[in-house]
Amino acid sequence: MCLTMPVQNKNVIEVEKLSKSFAGKRVVNELSMTVARGEIFGFLGPNGSGKTTSIRMLCGLLTPDSGRGSCLGYDILTESGEIKQHVGYMTQRFSFYEELSIRENLEFIARIYQMPDRRRLVDATIERLGLGHRQQQLAGSLSGGWKQRMALAACMLHQPKLLLLDEPTAGVDPKARRDFWDEIHRLTATGITVLVSTHYMDEAERCHRLAYLAYGAILAQGTPDELLAASGITTWTVEGQDLFELTEALRKAPAVEQVVPFGGALHISGTDAGRLAHSLAPFFEQPRWRWQPSKPSLEDVFIHLMNHGQDNYS
Amino acid sequence: MTLKPISLERLSAVVWKEFIQLRRDRLTFAMMIGIPLIQLTLFGFAINSDPKHLPTALYSNDHSAFTRSLIKSLENSGYFVLTETPATEAEAQRLLALGEVQFVLSIPVDFTRRLLRGEHPSVLLEADATDPVAIGNAVMALNELTKSALRYDLKGSLGYLNSSPAPFELRVHKRYNPEGVTQYNIVPGLMGVVLTMTMMMMTGLAITREHERGTMENLLATPLRPLEVMLGKILPYVAIGYVQVAVILLMAWLVFDVPIIGSLLLLLACVLVFIVANLVVGITFSSIARNQTQAMQMSFFFFLPSILLSGFMFPFRGMPVWAQTLGELLPLTHFLRMVRGIMLKGNGVGETLPHLWPLLLFIAIVMIIGLKRYRRTLD
Repeated sequence: MCLTMPVQNKNVIEVEKLSKSFAGKRVVNELSMTVARGEIFGFLGPNGSGKTTSIRMLCGLLTPDSGRGSCLGYDILTESGEIKQHVGYMTQRFSFYEELSIRENLEFIARIYQMPDRRRLVDATIERLGLGHRQQQLAGSLSGGWKQRMALAACMLHQPKLLLLDEPTAGVDPKARRDFWDEIHRLTATGITVLVSTHYMDEAERCHRLAYLAYGAILAQGTPDELLAASGITTWTVEGQDLFELTEALRKAPAVEQVVPFGGALHISGTDAGRLAHSLAPFFEQPRWRWQPSKPSLEDVFIHLMNHGQDNYS
Repeated sequence: MTLKPISLERLSAVVWKEFIQLRRDRLTFAMMIGIPLIQLTLFGFAINSDPKHLPTALYSNDHSAFTRSLIKSLENSGYFVLTETPATEAEAQRLLALGEVQFVLSIPVDFTRRLLRGEHPSVLLEADATDPVAIGNAVMALNELTKSALRYDLKGSLGYLNSSPAPFELRVHKRYNPEGVTQYNIVPGLMGVVLTMTMMMMTGLAITREHERGTMENLLATPLRPLEVMLGKILPYVAIGYVQVAVILLMAWLVFDVPIIGSLLLLLACVLVFIVANLVVGITFSSIARNQTQAMQMSFFFFLPSILLSGFMFPFRGMPVWAQTLGELLPLTHFLRMVRGIMLKGNGVGETLPHLWPLLLFIAIVMIIGLKRYRRTLD
């Protein structure tokens, strides 16, 4: 290994107490996190929680006000040039040239990164992503799913070791999303690390580890199972008639923190299992409803965190 | 209930929305109020198509009371101001070629002697006629002058000289554009105006477009450097600018019959500097403006004084000093002097350089501002 290369340690991202304010408003507040090599790390949190700002600080697009950290072993404050060379960043909004064709866009990116053997590389990328028959099409005329595939292809072109994906699947249909995630898993199998922000719970469950952001700070992090366990949430599912009426009644009951309709069922959650069961007891007896304890979903956990977070920060 | 083809309520909703948007875009709003005000004061006071106090060089080897009176009466007309007294004929010609003076007055050595002998000697006034408008009224004023200039000197025993015809003759020699063809002045100037307009507006939109479409975020995330982005956006327009110049020169030659006395190569070299000056302004506006509309407005804000204060439409020397100072800051002013000099006067490198360095300085300063303003990050 070349000596000038940064020390290759296990963590690809290590940041400590990153903060960033815009116009006096603190958007990211002492964010600390680590992401290990080969991991798919999910960034979750409500809109405006600082996900995009955090990602932009990681790839040198924004300068943190305070804190320090490294990305691929390069200092995020002083070595953003090197970071840009080795990180693939996919923006939330489609940010390629709509009046250029897919091939032209990819060639442009390949030239900017001074990739050797450009033609073959672009050919191979187009082939691998199944964009062959569309390569001459103007990027502006592509559907959302194809745009997103092209964007991923473009930010993978310079063979980055770390991918930062900012809500890559927003507005994309389920099939395209699934294909996209299959691709992400394939990439991590080759040693690439992925940091991805999302609002979709099914995508959160596909991550190795998750961090939940609210108001610029991480409220919880760990594997999906760890998060479920740590939340201490108990969930009941109820099916039957007059569920709307039941919803109204349950929302007033003590210890009931969430009542969420799921099609023909309701999910009722709370952190105090004993008091929750006590509150629900009068409803258990009624024959029109069928009750059963269930496993809380990640969504229940995050809604809980969100409500909880507001208490702390508002 | 049937839908009316036009409903005042719906219409007023759109009008109301437009006003809110207008108010939120502070720069646009300020410009809409500010532009008429600024323009009115700027151009109302600055523009004057009857330029006076035109700089005049005196080349004379005859110093007598008569020549002094002659000069005095020239100055008293209000159109001429003696600024230079070159020692040689060549130096006088050079001042005219450089545009340092508008007129050269040559008084022959034996002027006084011949005047007293009643030989009606002639005095030569050479005018820089590249802009026929600039000298029009001054030349007209001369006709009266020959009769009255020496009225008080030729008294008593010399009174007989004071009869008609006038005691001396003032020959006006319109240099560079003897027939006073307006096109000779306008067509080379138009080249500068067209370049200013297209070059600045095209590049003015270049960076704001990237910001507006979100593609800038992508560019910033790549290893591209600001200078690479700037130069990359400037270079294509240099080529386009040259195409425009070729079209204009061809038209000037074929249709308007404008002469190109000087070196074409030198002209093209000056054009390059001027194109770059405008592109740099455009790129800098582009990096300051928040959106394409603002970039357009800034270009417009720069374009108007370029036309009005550069000497393109109105004689530069007709403006008050403050307006001339403002004009000196504009690239078009210097470009007009260079191009008219090369095309009409046949100026070479030596006479062109004094107008070239202000352009180079301009480019350097604006480029630095632009690079400083280019946001390398999204902060």
